[in-house]
Amino acid sequence: MPPQASLALKASLRRIERRQSLLAFALVAPLLLFLLVNFVLPIGLMLYRSIDDPEVRAALPRTAAALDAWDGRGMPPPAIAALLVDELGKANDSGDLSRAANRVNYDINGLRSLVMKTARNLPTAADGDAAQALAALDGRWGEAETWAALKRATGPTTSFYLLGALDLKRAATGEIQALEAERAIFLKVMARTLWIGFCVTVFCLLLGYPVAYLLATAPTSVANLLMILVLLPFWTSLLVRTTAWVVLLQKDGPVNGLLQWLGLIDQPLRLIFNRVGVYVAITHVLLPFMILPLYSVMKGIAPTTLRAAVSLGAHPFVAFARVYLPQTLPGITAGTLLVFISAIGYYVTPALIGGADDQMLSYFIAFYTNETTNWGMAAALGGVLLVITALLYAVFSRLAGQAGPRWA
Amino acid sequence: MSAPYRTRGEIVWQIAFRIFCGLVFVFLVLPIAAVVPLSFNAGQFLTFPMPGLSLRWYADFFASEKWLAAVSNSFGVGMATMLLATALGTLAALGLARLKPRPRAAIGALVLAPLIVPVVITGVGVYFLYAPLRLTNSYLGLVLAHTVLAIPFVVLTVSASLANFDVNLWRAASNLGAPPVTAFRRVVLPVILPGVVSGAIFAFATSFDEIVMGLFLAGPTQRTLPIQMFNGVREEISPTITAAATLLVALSIALLVTIEMLRRRTDRYMQKARPT
Repeated sequence: MPPQASLALKASLRRIERRQSLLAFALVAPLLLFLLVNFVLPIGLMLYRSIDDPEVRAALPRTAAALDAWDGRGMPPPAIAALLVDELGKANDSGDLSRAANRVNYDINGLRSLVMKTARNLPTAADGDAAQALAALDGRWGEAETWAALKRATGPTTSFYLLGALDLKRAATGEIQALEAERAIFLKVMARTLWIGFCVTVFCLLLGYPVAYLLATAPTSVANLLMILVLLPFWTSLLVRTTAWVVLLQKDGPVNGLLQWLGLIDQPLRLIFNRVGVYVAITHVLLPFMILPLYSVMKGIAPTTLRAAVSLGAHPFVAFARVYLPQTLPGITAGTLLVFISAIGYYVTPALIGGADDQMLSYFIAFYTNETTNWGMAAALGGVLLVITALLYAVFSRLAGQAGPRWA
Repeated sequence: MSAPYRTRGEIVWQIAFRIFCGLVFVFLVLPIAAVVPLSFNAGQFLTFPMPGLSLRWYADFFASEKWLAAVSNSFGVGMATMLLATALGTLAALGLARLKPRPRAAIGALVLAPLIVPVVITGVGVYFLYAPLRLTNSYLGLVLAHTVLAIPFVVLTVSASLANFDVNLWRAASNLGAPPVTAFRRVVLPVILPGVVSGAIFAFATSFDEIVMGLFLAGPTQRTLPIQMFNGVREEISPTITAAATLLVALSIALLVTIEMLRRRTDRYMQKARPT
């Protein structure tokens, strides 16, 4: 072939290839755009909210600027008090002031009412020095801690929420210290979330492994029938299953009735609005997620390997532990991580079946978003949960060898 | 399983194993097996033994404006989610199949991410974005949020059916002069159709079952069935809820059977298509 012709052929091939990949990207583009707007952007927005601190700056811009310039030691210069009085007078009756008062209240309980009260009873010019007039109105304006909290809230960004999510706070002097014991709840909630996830994963593995083995080794007709028993709850609405457990586990529900009828107990057991109910319901919801990956791995293991080990003289338990179990490890990894990652994000089931001491991280995220509208705290807790999930998923991808399914 | 020579220990072990598995199966179906009969209870209380059978709780359900509104909301939002997710997901799966491995893996990971990120996180983020846009308390916002959660299933099922498809057939059709749309309709679509329909059903089921996004985004007008049930269980659990639950179980069975039939159809098709 003459060189020009070969070059022309190469160029035309390249052109076709480029057109092909352009077409491929054009097909993917709508979905990509959709996910960027409705998934990536929202999560970015949530993460940004966890450090965003606009409320006080919006309501009292000049006071905020003056507080920025102050070094935070002792009492602020009197000029700041005068600025505050002036701006409170202008901001009164606006939503901005109410939001700013909420923000400082997250830091020190009671500051919301102090700010709102002060805005309603502002000292006039006739009262003389603004700092003294404020302190006369309420003693807390004479305390350095009040002004330090105001300074901490001036933004534009803050570590307040993220530190709070880890039960930490920034002291007036700027160093990080532990939150007071009665306000430090989130480390406990995190530990509880991980512990519930761990327990549910163990229960699912203990219940799911034998069932998956049975499904993988039973004759096809039996296995197909039994598989329906696994798939039916898998397909049933989460709310239906949770509702059903609420009905079943009630004080005078069927489970207690059966146990009493059998004579196993005299008094009805407390099975709901406590940890027992949470374990039962979440394990039930996630059990198919353990059984299905285990089953698909076990289906590919020749049963003859086990028989060969036994016929060569191994005790059946030894044969199982040394020959069969190692071959099922990929299924165990996939199942446990799938169950664990799902369990730590659960919200609805613990909210309906658990008591106050059984609520997990998700509950507090929803609580701060919907009930108290402390969006900064909700965002910070969401960030923590996202980081935990991402770390677990990274482990999962590493162990599974390849992220996600094969894209053929 | 059927080894001829077994010691007594092995037989005892085998029996214990089967009893254990039997109990796990009972655990798996117990909630459904209990709720369905209770919905036909003639009495007020959700306990066995039941005083008699009646359809009064179904009558209650179909007479309640709240429940009927929830049913129509769930179907409406579910259908809209299904259409949007199936369109976006099918196109993307077709594109992904033609991409080079590296961009394919990266985009694939993004598409699957909504399955892995806890829904509460996505829900809070979407709420922060939609609130200033006035998309909270609106059907549109709910459909968009459900579509995010439904898309991974569509892409997965369509990609799986494309895995069995020889892309050269598509190229051949184009080379033989078929316009792209014709080549797609006559060559590609018949092969991937079961995957597309499965994906659509998954998308519908995802939306129909979704509650967390709903709790963040739906106002009183947009209340779906799961939200209505959530509120019902929270306030006071009445037997009407068991009637609603039974209707939902019936719907799940219908969807499960449809998916299973589609899967078998694909299997048969692939067996026939395999060269002998």
